[in-house]
This record gives sequence, structure tokens and C-alpha cells, in this order.
Amino acid sequence: MSRYQEFFQGLRDMLPMLLGAMPFGIIYGSLAGAAGLDAWQTIGMSVLVFAGSAQFIAVSLLTGGATLAVLWLTTLVVNLRHALYSATLQPFVRHLPKRWRMPLAFWLTDEAFAVVQQRYARSDDSPNKHWYFLGAGLAMYGNWIGCTLIGLLFGQAVPNLAAWGLDFAMIATFVGIVVPMLRNRPQIAAALVAAVTALIFHDLPYKLGLMAAAFAGIVVGVALERYQRPLQEELC
Amino acid sequence: MDNWILIFGMLAITFATRYSLFAFPDLRFPQAVRQALHYVPTAVLTAIVVPAMLLPDGRNWALSWDNAYLLAGLATIAIAVVTRHLLATIGGGLLIFFGLRWALGQLPI
Repeated sequence: MSRYQEFFQGLRDMLPMLLGAMPFGIIYGSLAGAAGLDAWQTIGMSVLVFAGSAQFIAVSLLTGGATLAVLWLTTLVVNLRHALYSATLQPFVRHLPKRWRMPLAFWLTDEAFAVVQQRYARSDDSPNKHWYFLGAGLAMYGNWIGCTLIGLLFGQAVPNLAAWGLDFAMIATFVGIVVPMLRNRPQIAAALVAAVTALIFHDLPYKLGLMAAAFAGIVVGVALERYQRPLQEELC
Repeated sequence: MDNWILIFGMLAITFATRYSLFAFPDLRFPQAVRQALHYVPTAVLTAIVVPAMLLPDGRNWALSWDNAYLLAGLATIAIAVVTRHLLATIGGGLLIFFGLRWALGQLPI
């Protein structure tokens, strides 16, 4: 595919994810004021940081009067999973010059990662897959900034916006990403172990339970894959 | 002013995690690491979703019939298994969730 085809395919494949991210951008835009961010800072955080969960947690911690050190540490821990995404995609972007790798890294969200790694997993050897990555990243970025703006401008018009439970959109999005990946026993086992570990450690501070769960799931997945190798990719 | 320091600090930290491995194009991972990375999306996203369904407020278990997060979450999983279609999963899941919240009188209207 040509560059433009890849770019627009990336945009298009991202559309369902945009639906899932919209409520978050809107709620963030409407809540940031209460945490003491002015309008420019609210937009500025979406433009510069571009990390939904970290922005959310920052706003709620700010409302509770947390210090800068706590806010930054929390940002780091919440975003550590992005280092795993970065490692996963590195083999596919290592041939690109820095002027590509840096912006693509900036746009590496959960959603972009899910969509882009599926593109790289397809076996065709299109040399323009990074344009797909760019399209997916920009779609998410534009959507996030636009929704922040909507929340900022109109959020106060809807009473109790936070009480609607719009955060379910994240659950629906991630379910839609994960379920199609559960194609073999090691993947299913990784999911189950990650879920149980996350539940056991849910009250650890700074989302450390999430990292523990991720590592437990990965270890079990790999162990099972090695144990199963003689049986080949057995489908269940 | 403090808020801008916060924002630029968050920018640096977030970008550092995302760029961490893109920054080293010559690094080649051993086979074991590459194998492990196949499980990253499954493990990370499941570890976010399941607690969000069972402990919607982040603290208290909500194993009950009026927990719309859990019921709609299970329905969303069912849609995903049957359709394997992302938009149907997200759209259908949201519809069921808000339908349930409405039926259970949990919407602030």
C-alpha cells in the first residue's frame, strides 16, 4: 500500500477506539478546572502529556492536594506499561530515523499500540507501515484534544458528568482489544493469571498491582508456550 | 505556574517511558524477551479491565446484581467473543451498560 493508503487505513482502523476514548477526554476536560488547572493548562496537559489515565489520576490527586513528587512518581508508575509497548514495537520501527521514532513514541497510547501491533503482525511486507502508525496516532491525538475542549467548554452544562459511569467506555475498549487475542492456551492463561494477580494486589499504592499482574501474566504465558511447544499451536 | 511545572514534568516522564526502547534502534532482544512481549497487551489490558469490573470504585468489591460494570462487562466480553468486531463490542457494550444503569436507577437524571 502507498503512504497515503496506509495513513488513512490507520485513521480508519482507529475510529472504534475514538468512540471509547471520547467520554474520557470529555470528563477530563470538565474535571480539570476543579483541580485548579486553568483552561490553557487543561488543554496544555492533553496536548503535551497525552496520556489519559495519567491525566485522570493527576487531576484527582491534585484535587486531593498531592505534592509534585507524588504526582510525578504516580505518572511514572501508571505509564510504565508504555515501556513494554515501546519494547514490543521497537523491532518494527528500529529502521526509521529519529525524526520518525520520536513523534511515533509520543503518540504511543494503549489504543494506538493495540491497533498498530496488529498491522505489524500482518505478514505483507509493506514498507510504509509507519504511515499507518502515524495515522492511528494522529487520529487518537486529535480526538483527545477535541474531547478535552468539549469537556472544558460544555462539561459544566451537564450536571454530575462524573456520576454517569462513562469510564465504562475504557472497559469496553480494552475488552474489544483483548478478546480477539485470546486464540491459544498460553494467551488465555496469561489473561487469567493477570486478572487474578491484579485482583489480589488491587490495593497496592500507585497501581503497582498492575505491574505485578502484567509480569505474572507474561511469565505464565511464556512458560506455558514453552511447555506446549511440542504440541504446536494447539487451538482451544 | 506550578501547574505548568507539573505538566512539563509529566510530559518528560510519559515521553521517556514511550520512547524508552525506540531510543535504542541497535538493540536486539533475545528470543525469550521477544516471546514475552507477545503477552504484553493481553496481560496489561486484562489487569486493568477485570478489577475495573469487580471493584468499580477502585476499593470495594462489588459482587452483586446491581453492579452494571460487572454485568455489562460480561455482556461486552460475550459480544466480543461472538462478533470479534471492535466497533460492535465498544458500541454494544456501552449501550448495554447505560441501559442497565438506567434500568437500575443509577443515572443522575
